[in-house]
Amino acid sequence: MKRGRLVSWIIMALSAIYFFVPLACTFEFSLRLKRGTYSFAAYENVFNDYRFQESFLYSTTLSVATIIFGTLLVVPTAYWVQLKLPRIRPLVEFLTLMPLVIPAIILVFGYIRIYNSSSLLPMTSASWSTDTLLACSYITLALPYMYRAIDTGLQSIDVKTLTEAAESLGARWPSILFGVILPNLRVAIVSSAFLTFATVIGEFTIASLLDRPAFGPYLQLIGANRAYEPSALAVITFLVTWGCMGVIQLLGRGRKGGVAPTAY
Amino acid sequence: MSWAWVGVAPFFVFAVLFLILPTAHLVVGSFQDADGRFTFANIVHLFTPQIVSSFWITIQVSAYSAIGGAIIGLLLAYAGVMGGLPKWVRPVLMTFCGVAPNFAGIPLAFAFLATLGRTGLVTAFLFNTFGFKLYDHGFNITSFWGLVLAYLYFQIPLMVLILVPALDGLKREWREASDILGGGAWHFWRYVAIPILWPSLAGTTVLLFANAFGAVATAYGLMGSGINLVTIMLFAQIRGDVLHDQNLGYAIALGMVVITVLSNLIYIVLRARTKRDLR
Amino acid sequence: MAFLEIAELQKTFGGNRVVQDFNLAVEKGEFISFLGPSGCGKTTTLRMVAGFEQPDSGRISIGGKDVTALRANQRKIGMVFQSYALFPNMTVAENIAYGLKIAKRPRAEIKGRVEEMLALIKLPKLGDRYPSQLSGGQQQRVALARALSVNPEVLLLDEPLSALDAKIRIALREEIRAVQRKLGITTIYVTHDQEEALSISDRIVVMSDGRMEQVGTPFEIYNHPRTRFVASFVGTLSILRGEVLDAASGRVAIDGQEVFAARGLGHLETGRVQSFALRPEAVMLGAAVNGRNGLRGTIEQVSFLGSIIRIRVALRDNAVLLDALNNPGTPPPEFGSEVAVSFSRDDLLALEGESA
Repeated sequence: MKRGRLVSWIIMALSAIYFFVPLACTFEFSLRLKRGTYSFAAYENVFNDYRFQESFLYSTTLSVATIIFGTLLVVPTAYWVQLKLPRIRPLVEFLTLMPLVIPAIILVFGYIRIYNSSSLLPMTSASWSTDTLLACSYITLALPYMYRAIDTGLQSIDVKTLTEAAESLGARWPSILFGVILPNLRVAIVSSAFLTFATVIGEFTIASLLDRPAFGPYLQLIGANRAYEPSALAVITFLVTWGCMGVIQLLGRGRKGGVAPTAY
Repeated sequence: MSWAWVGVAPFFVFAVLFLILPTAHLVVGSFQDADGRFTFANIVHLFTPQIVSSFWITIQVSAYSAIGGAIIGLLLAYAGVMGGLPKWVRPVLMTFCGVAPNFAGIPLAFAFLATLGRTGLVTAFLFNTFGFKLYDHGFNITSFWGLVLAYLYFQIPLMVLILVPALDGLKREWREASDILGGGAWHFWRYVAIPILWPSLAGTTVLLFANAFGAVATAYGLMGSGINLVTIMLFAQIRGDVLHDQNLGYAIALGMVVITVLSNLIYIVLRARTKRDLR
Repeated sequence: MAFLEIAELQKTFGGNRVVQDFNLAVEKGEFISFLGPSGCGKTTTLRMVAGFEQPDSGRISIGGKDVTALRANQRKIGMVFQSYALFPNMTVAENIAYGLKIAKRPRAEIKGRVEEMLALIKLPKLGDRYPSQLSGGQQQRVALARALSVNPEVLLLDEPLSALDAKIRIALREEIRAVQRKLGITTIYVTHDQEEALSISDRIVVMSDGRMEQVGTPFEIYNHPRTRFVASFVGTLSILRGEVLDAASGRVAIDGQEVFAARGLGHLETGRVQSFALRPEAVMLGAAVNGRNGLRGTIEQVSFLGSIIRIRVALRDNAVLLDALNNPGTPPPEFGSEVAVSFSRDDLLALEGESA
């Protein structure tokens, strides 16, 4: 018994070293821009860099768009599948899980070929339409856990009874959906929103391939050209991730069934 | 009824546009030449040494990180759940493992460069304290093993997240029954726990494999084009850097899809097995 | 010296004394039950015998050998769990063979032993099934075979029947007892079901709040409960409170009516209020004759239970339960009527430690 506990502590300690040393080192490294003293100079450089501001704002805007349109796409689908179309549920679940099976890079590869400037739907020809394509890509990435979070949320509130109650009071479906169902899904939606934000904010591959001025490609650019700023950026990204997950944990504690599963 | 179909229509339009069409396009494209005629040439070209080796390296990185993640994840989940540690350890572990996988990609690469890069803190610490030159002993963070080490950062927590519920499913009485029949820890794990956990362990490992196989950003942030991963090659190909053959690119993508789909099928089969065994 | 000796066992969990001053000597081949409500310490005591819990102090020896410091896997004990605890990844035969395989017995011997065990539990054809394909009763029989396969010196059963249906429970407890008799194995059986304990045990240890209340044969426990707890937990009893009038002759007053108690009350002072137990089957309707005790009261409740009729007769503050055999010729007495009841003085038992 005693020996087992010792082994457990050793495993925990080694894991803690593996997981925390890189974080600590990154933080320490980020403070070393000025020779011989610790300073937040690298952070100042980063925050004063207009490309940081622009790319962070761009990615934030894009993730907000992803969250709004993703939710608008997923909630009605999950609602009607649960209420009226249970027999197409396996198909919908299969489709929402596809992004976990097909690597993102392959989907983007397909987008670029199908929606190039000489195609029927030339989404990559203008920057606003490429932004739209990027947002759609991110919705695709978020689809697996967004659908699951909302579907679980719907199950926990007994949609059928709520809908019938609203219908019996003479409500029509838009008011049912927006007035009754959505407010009850608050925790599920907010959780998946923060998870989406944490995933989208630093996303590199798709943004880079679609050549958009997002935060991920900016990170990569700085990484290739600077010494200390990348560490500062890694710390900032890490704090954003922790912040998002912290909100999800807090929400999850308050109510059951509202916690989003992990991004993978 | 009609409202319901109208309600789900946007989803299906979206799925066709952004999931079905792109995938179908790649599959069809891999069997076409530049003029759209049917051919097996792209598939044959997949077997050129450069492409074969890139697939092989990717498979190895994914396999090592998946298996490593599985073993370490199992140990960690065991220590957290059954290791007799104080009660607060478990929620802390679970929370951390919920967050860590989301800290991947470019920032993760930065963190490992700052830690174990040529001028990284641990590298410097080892030299200053013990006079040990890490890089003279074959270590390099921008290498195959360096990449595996970085991948473990999200593979281990994923494994823990999936295994903790599975370990909770091991009844205390099984261990006691094994003990009272004369068994020790070894017998219990060898004959009872591992066989029971095996399907979910193997299934999750396959899932971690697929997860690593499709990853791009961490590797790219760590070593740019310095490693011949198939994802990195495809990335460069899409950006128009190499392989000026669009249909060969399709074939590479098809190869990747085949591998990830197979992995997921294995996972599904193993999952079904777990459920059947423990019903 | 007894085969299994438990001496001065103490155990606390986080400041809670769950087992205290536990002393028991079990003869070889004896079937002992630990009986008590949940949380009385019976399972903890059993788990200390098994080696799953370490006592804070005290000693456990088996066959003259002190095993207190030994781990569970060195004690040569067989155990059957409430949840069966069969290994779900192994067939019935593999489950039974597990202990033998660990002991590295030769293949042929294991095969023979498994068949022998399957025959013992009367499931000779089910060796290739998986536990999930068996009923609860079958699973528990397999668990018994698995525990016995290694020829343990002591067999422990922890509420083995409480997850099963009532009918299977009765059949299986008789089967367990038969197997135990056949093998002559020293056995401790934990249960919260008094009927179960009474029906199969050589001796019963009644426990409450971590303490042993009484140790004795089912006959002694049922007929001569020493404490109020044993009296109320084992069977249905009336507990009557009376004032001691004359300790030497055993004369007491219950709600003002004078009766005599069994055994001497020599150690009690006059005027003290004392609790007594009275079994319903010892009480008869009708006035007292031949020096029997008699009480008068009002019929308060009549429950028709089939072969017997349970009647509750209210005195002033106390109430007496009595069981009358059902007689198709005589309808039960009416609610509210005045009756006289009688019982032998030997049946009015003073309970220990029951001053008011």
